Amino acid sequence: MLVLEKNALSEEIESLVNQFGKERSALLQILQAIQRKHKHISDFAQQEVARMMEIHPVEVNSVVSFYSFLCTQPKGRNIVRLCQTISCDMAGKEKVEETVQRELGIKFGQTTKDKRITLEFTNCLGMCDQGPAMLVNEKVYTKLDPETAINILNEIK
Amino acid sequence: MVKRENERIPVSQQAHVVDKPKDLTNIGGTVSVQINEKKITVPLGTTILEACQLNQIHIPTLCHHPDLCIAGVCRVCVVEVEKMRTLQTACSFPIMSPIKIKTSTEMVRKARRHIIDLLLSEHYGECYSCFRNGNCELQNLAKEYGVDNYTFGHVQSPRYEVDNSSAAVVRDMNKCVLCKRCVRTCIDFQEVGVLEAIDRGHDTHVGTFLDKPLADVVCINCGQCINRCPTAALRANDPSDEIWTAIDDPKKHVVIQTAPSPRAAIGEEFGQEPGKSFTGELNTALRRIGFDRVFDTNFTADLTIMEEGTELLTRLKKALVDKDQSVKLPQFTSCSPGWVKYIEHFYPEYLDYLSTAKSPQQMFGALIKTFYAKEENIDPADIVTVALMPCAAKKFECNRPEMYDSGFKDVDYGLTTREMAKMIREAGIYLPEMPKSQFDDPFGDASGAGLIFGATGGVMEAALRTAYELITGREVPFENLIIEPCRGFEGVKQASVKLENCVEQYKFLEGVELKFVVAHGTANAKIVMEMLKNGELNDVHFVEVMACPGGCLGGGGQPIPTSAEIRKKRAEAIYEEEATLPIRKSHENTHVTYLYEKFLTDGPCGKLSHKLLHTHYVKRGKYIS
Repeated sequence: MLVLEKNALSEEIESLVNQFGKERSALLQILQAIQRKHKHISDFAQQEVARMMEIHPVEVNSVVSFYSFLCTQPKGRNIVRLCQTISCDMAGKEKVEETVQRELGIKFGQTTKDKRITLEFTNCLGMCDQGPAMLVNEKVYTKLDPETAINILNEIK
Repeated sequence: MVKRENERIPVSQQAHVVDKPKDLTNIGGTVSVQINEKKITVPLGTTILEACQLNQIHIPTLCHHPDLCIAGVCRVCVVEVEKMRTLQTACSFPIMSPIKIKTSTEMVRKARRHIIDLLLSEHYGECYSCFRNGNCELQNLAKEYGVDNYTFGHVQSPRYEVDNSSAAVVRDMNKCVLCKRCVRTCIDFQEVGVLEAIDRGHDTHVGTFLDKPLADVVCINCGQCINRCPTAALRANDPSDEIWTAIDDPKKHVVIQTAPSPRAAIGEEFGQEPGKSFTGELNTALRRIGFDRVFDTNFTADLTIMEEGTELLTRLKKALVDKDQSVKLPQFTSCSPGWVKYIEHFYPEYLDYLSTAKSPQQMFGALIKTFYAKEENIDPADIVTVALMPCAAKKFECNRPEMYDSGFKDVDYGLTTREMAKMIREAGIYLPEMPKSQFDDPFGDASGAGLIFGATGGVMEAALRTAYELITGREVPFENLIIEPCRGFEGVKQASVKLENCVEQYKFLEGVELKFVVAHGTANAKIVMEMLKNGELNDVHFVEVMACPGGCLGGGGQPIPTSAEIRKKRAEAIYEEEATLPIRKSHENTHVTYLYEKFLTDGPCGKLSHKLLHTHYVKRGKYIS
């Protein structure tokens, strides 16, 4: 990481800490803000958050590793999460899965070469009555079939 | 002095301590509860566990530790509370109303047995080859609850790689039962912050930042986590095999130095009550094991006082007489390798405040391979020096690349109290029954000042005894040389001595109030460092810091278990032994004077002593990349 990048990141985290406060309860909001902007929370960012919140870096690491929606490695610009829980599975998740993989040429857990899309599974989205469900960034799509899924993916920039 | 709540810990997790008056009926705010058939009255807020312990009702525990805040994660202590739908953990249930508790119903027994079975299903139990065999809390629980089969299976082969990257602490996560005692020790008790639970659910494991090897993170090697671990997931790096090899090699001249704290605690490993020193017995046992010479680390503790004291006086002179602004005061002690690594990681900009004097262990190593080798006419290449220490960090310290000043590795192996006890047992010796014997010359017996290095405040007390007398020509103005403000287990202690009628050489100190601060445990060291940062220590001259709570006697290499009560008893043993010694001031140790006359001829902090007895530090910083 370049020094300039580091400084910019530090400043950004500082303003986040000023915004959300130093309470331990603010940690998640700060981490989510970093995740939203950078699509990952780097080692350096974790240590900077710890320094500014006066906690230990390993505590930040513990929180980051606990939540699936926070990650330490860079991902694609858009994250597509397909629900893998039983209701969606029975409603035809597998077909959607296969089509999506074929369409993008990557497997679940991978990112397209142009960094456009990362495919992931997620646990229950609470859309059991409208499965299969898929989360694109922060938007939920329900009652998918292979065709609608591909249409949705094609609309993503 | 500084009363500070640990603000970092959420209120729900703060250590739960209720002061218990002797007569409970005399104070308000009590509550009557019924435990099994017994009616008792306890202060409001007492946990069920505490109430039971006060009334001789046994409740099994695993994640609970008297030094640490409440966690309630292992669930072994569950009890039945009337009108509660589920079983409750005794350790984390504060009694706030007159409740009825049952500690041994069918439901409780079954639940506990299941919980233990579940813990065992995650634990790679290779009990025969485990260093905690016979002293394992999980093993004891299994025995207590009569585990005769593995209901939920048993781990058949190791799942994690053992992390033995660190010279001091070995982590074997196969044996971890996720009680998080090490996490609470590292994060809250010591405030170093190396270990925390990583990942979630079934994947949860205790790990370091980014799961780096222990040697690559900010671990200070204090080993407090080893002392708290109920199983063998954490252990010290054991060099006893190498030491046996050296002992069995007739060409090698194996010498051992023993620190005061292991001597005050090693009896515990042989089933003795805490609070009895086995110095004489240990000397005999070590000779029978095959060590060629047994030396007393207190000798170099006396030497440390001479070196560190001289350094302090030099700094004071520079600051007061020469008005040198660059002189760093207060001077910090550098005897504790955990503390040294702590300041290297967390406060590298303050390294100049640290005394350059080596720790007693390293001074001894350098002297053995130079002075002693010459006196006895032994090739230093054939000498193997072993140090019996209460400390895990000493293993790291003797492996530091700076510690080769004699031309050889100054101290070859650091050995903890536990490993020494193991070697003694292996040699077929029962320590408490050994006849007593003395230490070997040319270092002979040390002063009492060296002995009290083992307890927090000891270095300060020893230094004051010598410094005050050198400066004024009189004994320190405390009854029987006992400098009370240095003693006790308060986190940060502060006191001062006024210097009057100084001798000619130290006239510049006339009327100066010598101020000192004593801290133990790195959590308290952190408070001191923040005070230093805020300029609150500007008028303080000398600061003693020990990385472990209670000082060396509570070190990470000491027998397991260790608690506040045990630390207190060990301190008593040390102070008691000290009071009986004929020489109790470092500068009166004739062997030290002899050393300065014969070998370190340019005196304390002279050229040769700078080469052999002083060191430098590394700015490590806390960022991990």
